[in-house]
Amino acid sequence: MTESGIPVVPEGVSELDVVGVRRGSFQVSGSGDTSGFGGLVSPIVMPAPTERPYGGWFDELADEIELALTDRNLPVSSVIDKVVVDRDEITFFVLAEHIVDFARMLRDEPGLRFEMCLGVNGVHYPEDKGRELHAVYPFLSITHNRRIRVEVTAPDANPHIPSIVGIYPSNDWHERETWDFFGIVFDGHPGLTRIEMPDDWAGHPQRKDYPLGGIPVEYKGATIPAPDNRRAYN
Amino acid sequence: MSDVTYSSAADPGEDVYADSYETFDGTIYNLAGGDWDSIAAAPEGEKERIVVNMGPQHPSTHGVLRLVLELDGETVTDARCGIGYLHTGIEKNMEYRTWVQGVTFVTRMDYLTPFFNEAAYVLAVEKLLGISQDIPERANVIRVLMMELNRVSSHLVALATGGMELGALTAMTFGFRERELVLDLFEMVTGLRMNSAFFRPGGVAQDLPSDGEKAIRDTLPLLRKRMKDTADLLIDNAIWMGRTVDVGYLDLQGCMALGMTGPVLRSAGLPHDLRKSQPYCGYETYEFDVPTQTSCDAYGRFLIRIAEMHESLKIVEQCLDRLTPGPVMVQDKKIAWPAQLSIGSDGQGNSTEHIKHIMSESMESLIHHFKLVTEGFTVPAGQAYVAVESPRGELGAHVVSSGGTRPYRVHFRDPSFNNLQATAAMSEGSMVADVIAAVASIDPVMGGVDR
Repeated sequence: MTESGIPVVPEGVSELDVVGVRRGSFQVSGSGDTSGFGGLVSPIVMPAPTERPYGGWFDELADEIELALTDRNLPVSSVIDKVVVDRDEITFFVLAEHIVDFARMLRDEPGLRFEMCLGVNGVHYPEDKGRELHAVYPFLSITHNRRIRVEVTAPDANPHIPSIVGIYPSNDWHERETWDFFGIVFDGHPGLTRIEMPDDWAGHPQRKDYPLGGIPVEYKGATIPAPDNRRAYN
Repeated sequence: MSDVTYSSAADPGEDVYADSYETFDGTIYNLAGGDWDSIAAAPEGEKERIVVNMGPQHPSTHGVLRLVLELDGETVTDARCGIGYLHTGIEKNMEYRTWVQGVTFVTRMDYLTPFFNEAAYVLAVEKLLGISQDIPERANVIRVLMMELNRVSSHLVALATGGMELGALTAMTFGFRERELVLDLFEMVTGLRMNSAFFRPGGVAQDLPSDGEKAIRDTLPLLRKRMKDTADLLIDNAIWMGRTVDVGYLDLQGCMALGMTGPVLRSAGLPHDLRKSQPYCGYETYEFDVPTQTSCDAYGRFLIRIAEMHESLKIVEQCLDRLTPGPVMVQDKKIAWPAQLSIGSDGQGNSTEHIKHIMSESMESLIHHFKLVTEGFTVPAGQAYVAVESPRGELGAHVVSSGGTRPYRVHFRDPSFNNLQATAAMSEGSMVADVIAAVASIDPVMGGVDR
């Protein structure tokens, strides 16, 4: 850690993926706390991009992907933003405009053959400026018995990601769910409507800026605030 | 009543949905209904069509599932699902609770398979913590034991409700009766019949009770016998076969396109089972078969469930044989739950020895206990996706941590949610009654679908 609170970049790592900053210890401010814990500042750092070699079968897979992309006249660097190998899982960060081509390649290329896309999940990082919304696609290849993860980001200001329902029909409901909960618009989806929330619901409940909406609990005159307004460790 | 003047709904400026007539007291609207043609005439050139709303409150839709069926006579020409009636915001709620408290939420998602929900979640958390290899052997055996018993109880409900929906009420009473045997075992081990919150990051909440092994062993023969009775009731039953053979057809190509997993995929002949292909909790050391069928229909899925229950009991027996004494929670005191439960005079309570230790012997232990229970442990930032083979297919947990004491985001890829998408492919072109059989063969649980 340096004095500014930004951690030192370890060797062999090109950049740090800072998605937010955690301040204080108990989410309180202005309470006259003199312990010093309220002044804590620590960045939230997601696992950093990995350089080759990735290890295990990851390299073989990455070779296949690069070869297949080249076959399709797609420069690797313009499709894959970065690769993260963490906890024995490999994640390809793919640029939004290429996700459809990338998904088609994953499905059709014999060396890859990811028969299944197990849906898409949104994650909202309000402090990750310009890439607040992440769409995370887990893929499974039954043929090769491999799992990979593909992550696509979109800014809050323009939350559009092309739909891959045309390639993986099973993603139909999953993309509707992610639209419902995060407001990510999957362009080209055959019917992007709400699926879990009522049709006339306002807002996208799984976003971090959407309140939990609990009711304070009253007991013998005392009131305990709803969980999202409660003092908590963070 | 000579003063009454009737007005036609077709009059301009009138309410088309309710005829009205004038009286001395004002206008009276007649809500008994009017002529349907004047309300909603079919578009030009389209013949009459009937749209039937089945559910969400309907005994044969397997929970609060709404089916919108477009009919041509008895034939379904278009089928759609409406879901969301059981959405409870579990994933959002978990972001405001500690990692351990998350278990009590996920266990309620797919309420027929609580142990699988817990397993997917705790395996993901353990992966993020980097302690997957440190889980004690006994904890893993107990996990497998509970999961396989759970698979039996879940498939029994699938048979029971599926049977009930098709009119086989004895299958229903039999299925629920047998399930009670398994739930009694759950109650003995975890204290609860359902929603046990028994698996915890690092192991399981509690060891088996002293007579647990024997009780499970003693139940197995009765369970086997009764399962055979239920199966015999249906396997060669002409009515049952008439309702399920070649019904809800979905071939391998359709299964792959729709991302189907579990019995539906295996009824198309592909022996894909995560317990074999990507084992977890030590499944690679157990001997069992993956039953498949090639009929691609509801009957095939029924046969697979019957066979899987017997395979599960085989695994349960192997678990009982390899239960050796040992810890059931990871050794790391920064993660392991500090207290142990024990049965007090009131039938519940914390271990008195632990209470004595923290309250009168060790201040540090008290602080440790307090911190771990209120604040919880932190999990290094990152994300993990772990999938387990639930009775319905691949149940995946995508867990994201920002390095805090609470999950940043938890998402469950529930097999029921995904598999329900096949309703249209399975039932369009078939009779209305076959829709019920098709949905029952998917065996969706709306708690898992809507979360």
